[in-house]
Amino acid sequence: MTATDAPAPARLRWMTATARDIIDETPRVRTLVLDVPEWPGHKAGQHVDVRLTADDGYQAQRSYSIASAPGAALALTVERLEDGEVSFYLAGDLRVGDRFELRGPIGGYFVWTAALEGPLFLVAGGSGVVPLMAMLRARADAAVRTPAVLLYSSRSEADIIYRAELERLAAEDAALKVVHTLTRAQPSGWNGFSRRVDRAMLEEVGFAPDTRPRIFVCGPTPMVEAAASSLRALGHAANLIKTERFGPSGR
Amino acid sequence: MTTMTEPPISRGFRGRGRGDQSARVPPGQHLVTDFPVLSAGPTPEPDLSGWRFTLEDGDTPLGAWSWAEFNALPQTDVVVDIHCVTTWSKLDTEWRGVSFDTLLEAAGLSEPPGPFTLIHCDGGYTTNVPSEDLVDGKAMVATLYDGEALHPEHGGPARLLVPHLYFWKSAKWVRRIQFLDEEQPGFWEENGYHIYGDPWREQRYDGD
Ligand SMILES: Cc1cc2nc3c(=O)[nH]c(=O)nc-3n(C[C@H](O)[C@H](O)[C@H](O)COP(=O)(O)OP(=O)(O)OC[C@H]3O[C@@H](n4cnc5c(N)ncnc54)[C@H](O)[C@@H]3O)c2cc1C
Repeated sequence: MTATDAPAPARLRWMTATARDIIDETPRVRTLVLDVPEWPGHKAGQHVDVRLTADDGYQAQRSYSIASAPGAALALTVERLEDGEVSFYLAGDLRVGDRFELRGPIGGYFVWTAALEGPLFLVAGGSGVVPLMAMLRARADAAVRTPAVLLYSSRSEADIIYRAELERLAAEDAALKVVHTLTRAQPSGWNGFSRRVDRAMLEEVGFAPDTRPRIFVCGPTPMVEAAASSLRALGHAANLIKTERFGPSGR
Repeated sequence: MTTMTEPPISRGFRGRGRGDQSARVPPGQHLVTDFPVLSAGPTPEPDLSGWRFTLEDGDTPLGAWSWAEFNALPQTDVVVDIHCVTTWSKLDTEWRGVSFDTLLEAAGLSEPPGPFTLIHCDGGYTTNVPSEDLVDGKAMVATLYDGEALHPEHGGPARLLVPHLYFWKSAKWVRRIQFLDEEQPGFWEENGYHIYGDPWREQRYDGD
């Protein structure tokens, strides 16, 4: 195919989003349920670019994963960073009825659809759970019953995003297992993992490489690097490991 | 970049980015001081003994270098600004490597044998860049960042550096540059990203 045979791609236009509902997920994380009349629909795992405009015309733009399942009202889940230009607004000052722009959906790679075969292994760190939650919601809506595991690393119990919904999804679906690890603080009586995601943990909770699981890893860069290289070392094929890195590099 | 209608004001948003560097920051970008990492899959393990870098015209080899041979080629230092499609820009990044012009010369070529290239990397990643965007000092294969061996997360042992295009074009873990007569979209380009990727024209996605 040459560039000239290809149909002219449609430009992703900026659309106005209005906050319909704001859900406090943790002390630092909020979900924004949005009204976007022109939203064309999306697949689980895709993201949008958000653009904020100040009253003097200044603009700032960042990427946010879509938290909602295809077909549901568009929702973003944003972690507030103390010195974060955009996240501090979205997960701080923004109120119901406020407006901003977004465009998307973006990304055709870090995507789950019901047509994907094989077991599903999701590995999340912090707000990296957002696109993976969209996948679990989509999977529940499609009533897919192939085995799935979410391994989810949070700093402390209070930082777990979507906790109640994850419990409910796992209770309603015997093929889904949700495993938490808490890296900084554990409540008394905690019987989950209490350390960063490592090779032994991935081996214990994940699927055997010969079952060819589809693996999606999302979170801060050091966590994604560690998980992806451990998964490789365990024998998972590189082309079945899809990663999305959100956070700063830490250096 | 112009918009047809006025964007809605986000009530209460003030922002903090209005800096004096704005002439160096393309539209929709903001400055960072750290060095974020973005890749679609696991970081490959570097293996310098098996590493080879090749230039090809279609399927015809034009030149091949081992790690030692590659490092024996004349080296170039650049200080450039880089712009990632995820909206961060970083100013004055320092790189050392082999300029694309030097590579062509080392392969005995005075100019690129085809108008387009497809860049191939460890891990199967590809990206496409027009040949003219690689020549005349516009691009290099970089092996040092900030005076140190390029870290694997950032594309070490060697990555392409095409700083005037969005940074996904500066493919990590580069191993092979293939000249082509027709443009062939690479990995992100097939997944909704712009075929060319000029940050100053904000060519982020297909159709921009
Ligand atoms: C494809 C993609 C999807 C994303 N999806 C989400 C999502 O669903 N939810 C979400 O909350 N974020 C998501 N992000 C991250 C988001 O785009 C922003 O980078 C983040 O909100 C910080 O932007 P900011 O303007 O608030 O901070 P900035 O003003 O850009 O940065 C402020 C400071 O915080 C530091 N910083 C940046 N990120 C982090 C971090 N994670 N932890 C600690 N320090 C940090 C920076 O180094 C900087 O010093 C995604 C990023 C990408 C590329």
